[in-house]
Amino acid sequence: MKLTLTEEQEMLKKTARGFLADKCSKKFIKQMEESETGYSRELWQEMAELGWMGLAFPEKYGGGDMSFLDLAVLLEEMGRACLPGPFFSTVVLGGLTILDLGSEEQKQEYLPKLIRGEKVFTLALTEPGYNTYDASSTTVEATPGGGSYTIKGTKLFVSDAHIADYLLCIARTKPKNEITMFLADAKNPRINCTILKTIAGDKLCEVVFDQLSVPGVSILGQLDRGWSAVQMIIQRAAVGKCCEMVGNIQRVLEMTVDYAKERKQFDRSIGSFQVIQHYCADMATDVDSARFSTYQAAWMLSEGLPCTKEVAIAKAWIGEASQRVFALAHQIHGAIGVTIEHDLHYYTRRAKAAEIAFGDASFYREVVAREMGL
Amino acid sequence: MDFSFTEEQNKFRQEVRNFLEEEIKKGYWEPACDAWVQGFDPEFTKRVAQRGWIGLTWPKEYGGEERSHVDRLILTEEMLRYGAPAACHWFGDRQVGGAILSFGSEELKKEFLPRIVKGGAYFGLGMSEPGAGSDLASLQTKAVEDGDYYVISGQKTWASCASFAQYFDVYVRTDPEAPRHRGISEFIVDAQAPGLSRIPMTDITSTEAWNDIFFDNVRVHKRYLVGEKNRGFYQVLHQLDYERSGMERLMGNYPLFDAIIQFAKENKLSQEPIIRSKLAQLQIEFEVGRLLIYRVALVMGEGRAPNWESAMSKAYSTEFEKHLAGVAMEILGPYGQLMSGSKLAPLRGMASHSYLGSKGYSLQAGTTEILKNILAVRGLGLPSS
Repeated sequence: MKLTLTEEQEMLKKTARGFLADKCSKKFIKQMEESETGYSRELWQEMAELGWMGLAFPEKYGGGDMSFLDLAVLLEEMGRACLPGPFFSTVVLGGLTILDLGSEEQKQEYLPKLIRGEKVFTLALTEPGYNTYDASSTTVEATPGGGSYTIKGTKLFVSDAHIADYLLCIARTKPKNEITMFLADAKNPRINCTILKTIAGDKLCEVVFDQLSVPGVSILGQLDRGWSAVQMIIQRAAVGKCCEMVGNIQRVLEMTVDYAKERKQFDRSIGSFQVIQHYCADMATDVDSARFSTYQAAWMLSEGLPCTKEVAIAKAWIGEASQRVFALAHQIHGAIGVTIEHDLHYYTRRAKAAEIAFGDASFYREVVAREMGL
Repeated sequence: MDFSFTEEQNKFRQEVRNFLEEEIKKGYWEPACDAWVQGFDPEFTKRVAQRGWIGLTWPKEYGGEERSHVDRLILTEEMLRYGAPAACHWFGDRQVGGAILSFGSEELKKEFLPRIVKGGAYFGLGMSEPGAGSDLASLQTKAVEDGDYYVISGQKTWASCASFAQYFDVYVRTDPEAPRHRGISEFIVDAQAPGLSRIPMTDITSTEAWNDIFFDNVRVHKRYLVGEKNRGFYQVLHQLDYERSGMERLMGNYPLFDAIIQFAKENKLSQEPIIRSKLAQLQIEFEVGRLLIYRVALVMGEGRAPNWESAMSKAYSTEFEKHLAGVAMEILGPYGQLMSGSKLAPLRGMASHSYLGSKGYSLQAGTTEILKNILAVRGLGLPSS
């Protein structure tokens, strides 16, 4: 057992933190939130040059041959920096899924472009009223005909779909009514994208497939047997979100402790008051416990071990731990923390979005219950 | 990072489990909550000692096995999982032996460590006093030098395992003129020494949980001074870090956890969404706490005394234990109130016992409030209040 990072991971962490401190200021984040695209092409390219997109992909596709655990370290730093843009969609939802399920031909075609930063990917999974991540709720349909499929229906909360080059779409395939994954050209005019205005200022979209025709070769993985792959994607995405949240709440703890040291009332720093100290102690406990349970899940995933329960524990725990962290962070920061003058809101808003994404605490408590044999 | 155990560690865990299951099968004892601190069974302690499982991390020259702190955590985790009666050796093994090892003279190490390892020396603690709880440095029990001896007078309280203890690890004031943190010393005192008397105290569960210990001019030879004279306060802080470090803070009432899950399954209660959710939440809290405690063992493995880390894990874990007892009571409904021995008492009365007993968990070995102070000041660098 070892709970520390390797030297290589420490290096990656340090490089990422330095780079993002330099490139991803709060002013930049604000601009991105207000912009139509939500990301900077220039920064995206620089990230690709640093090898970030390719980090966890094999060398033969141009990747860095590192592990999911290494990627977890990078995601933590991105969460810490509140980095806007389609990295998560492209790499965690798109690229790693193609790596898992794609034919060699598909991998050769898509992964090098992704790794070089040329193409943006995302996943169209959730649907209106669909919040249980359950196969039976999928209503988007793909009907075969003449060697191709026609996709029809609406997907919701699709991250970065408005700028994506490719969409991984989960659909119910006729005639069996089973689940299949398709890799579609996102720029096709039969795909209509509406950006939703979200709490985090990220770009979640409504995506309407209006009789989109895709060739049979665009099936990713097996026809009619896509749901187990979807579960894998959800699991990995949940852990990825946990990693971002760990970075987020760690930074919030640090900001809050710093503020408690600096802010003076009654002629002393408020951090010398026991009630504030105990709030901070509670925050630190939530942050550390979230970190360990997250990294346990990331490590198991990285090692290819079965980890349904551990992933569920990590996501359920951090969902509630982060709520407690933010309640206290805001209380300690006082009124300045609820203004847009202060940086805290960037973290608060993103943490809430991440908590909701890919299963919240209630969802995963039920998973844990099943794993306990209840 | 690596969250796995080595093959040897997995084998060791299995070996401990086999041993404990065999013990239960033979009817030597029944799994019980709080058995680590209230289950006195000298024969069990002997059998554990025969396996080399006391003083597991200590140097071989004193009878130890020089195994890692993670190994010891595996051992104690299993003892707690099975609710084994390990109280005779727990304090010596967990902290007094370690204190002697860290601060004691060679003579003291040779006298006590091999005996603890063999399961032949039981320890209790003489720290708190009626007027000195969280503010331990205000303790008044004093020791006055008299030739080769110190003469101790005063009163200690909340001494766990005291009826069975053969020795007490006692903190007393040796320099009343010095600033209060700098006038305290640590002694090992024979429980049979003339002038020492004990009066049992009954806790809220009707169990004898502690003793008051009275010192009426108890003479202790100088060689039983542990470490440096007047450095006792710093030594006790070190020892407390270890006292808080273990799995007993999370698993003190673990037999109840197993039992209530089983009960919910058997009675189909686990199909009710609210109960499913509550039990799953407990499982989540348990597993998270376990990681915080393994972190502490890894800190110790690096040769550091765990400080704010064990404050964190203990403060967290005792909340889990209380939460567990509360949920168990809720699931059992009106039957939950039935005490052990009553007609119809479910789960051998463990829920009511634990509901009451767990109130003390967040008080002993440092209140949660003191632990959060430590975490805030030493861990986060906030200014002292």
